[in-house]
Amino acid sequence: MKDIDAIAVLQDPVRRRLYEYVVAQGREVGRNEAAEAAGVARTLAAHHLDKLTQVGLLESGSRRLTGRSGPGAGRPAKVYTRARVERSVSLPARDYRTAAELLAEAAEQAGLDAVLCAAARRRGEGLRGSAAPCGGLEEAMETLAARGYEPHVEASGGVEGGAPVVRMRNCPFHAVAERFPPLVCGMNLALLEGLIGADGPVRARMDARPGECCVVLEDSKNNEH
Amino acid sequence: MTEAPHAAGHLAQLNVATLLHPFDDPRMTPFVEMLDPVNAAADAAPGFVWRLVEEGAADATGLRPAGEDVVVNLSVWRTQEALWDFAYRSGHLEVMRRRREWFARHVEAHMVLWWVPGGHLPTVGEALERLADLRAHGPSPRAFTFACAYTAAEAAQHLGTVEAVR
Repeated sequence: MKDIDAIAVLQDPVRRRLYEYVVAQGREVGRNEAAEAAGVARTLAAHHLDKLTQVGLLESGSRRLTGRSGPGAGRPAKVYTRARVERSVSLPARDYRTAAELLAEAAEQAGLDAVLCAAARRRGEGLRGSAAPCGGLEEAMETLAARGYEPHVEASGGVEGGAPVVRMRNCPFHAVAERFPPLVCGMNLALLEGLIGADGPVRARMDARPGECCVVLEDSKNNEH
Repeated sequence: MTEAPHAAGHLAQLNVATLLHPFDDPRMTPFVEMLDPVNAAADAAPGFVWRLVEEGAADATGLRPAGEDVVVNLSVWRTQEALWDFAYRSGHLEVMRRRREWFARHVEAHMVLWWVPGGHLPTVGEALERLADLRAHGPSPRAFTFACAYTAAEAAQHLGTVEAVR
């Protein structure tokens, strides 16, 4: 399946809603739940979810949603998550990924981390488009969402009642970050620091975990870690 | 942590880092402060098997088998993914991000990966030989990097063929 064919499948508004819902949950989603969220019947949702799986935008598996096992637990339900593969279309054909990888490789070999981070911070400041630092976590989330980071709020340390931190499901630089992690993740942190602004109510720091962006945002008042 | 022998083998990892300043220099303090928490995170990480520790110490920074100003980091993991997730998707990434503040940039390879039989703990000498192999011959099933990695099966197949040819 070519990327352009896979992406074309998202043109259907119901499919698009279902896809966006599954992606935003960051976990396995059942058919009933997806149907309800998209406001369509279960059979229609199932049809579209399977189509999305068929073209490789989602992955499907089966799991007992009740959490029970053994006789009487019911048969496993079909669940969906976002496929890990990345799709991109560029018309006419352009290959920015190879350019990015070559530039990162050269920067890595030359040890240009500090220069790259300074450039990223300036770019972030430029993108902010205001002299004032970001006003709060909500505003920061809007800014991040607009840049494709897929932010969501979590209690810090996973502790209920912990101060909220904003984590990001998506790394916009994923492919290059996987090949040159310290360099590109450092660049990403600097970009976000510029975007949020220094000495404001929100700050960015590195808190990497598998499968997510390496940075979290939090209230600058929480000083403990 | 005890490890049952594992037919598929374990992934060993060595990296060397040349210090820009002596360990007791204030410029090294942020690095020194991160050692304990990051090592604790490694010990608790999924897929962690073993890491080199100096006798009577919490880490291997006092051992200088590759030179007076070179610290070594030698560890064993169940899978390449487990090592990658720890190295780049845990608190260890913050150390890596700031590496230029504390360590000289290496022109030659400074990190090497290789497969060992499950239950085998590599010696420092063995590890330095693998690094020398990588530096001399480039990535191979004997000594490779994340960018040019071999799975345990691929490495076993290649090395088996080499043995058979001999």
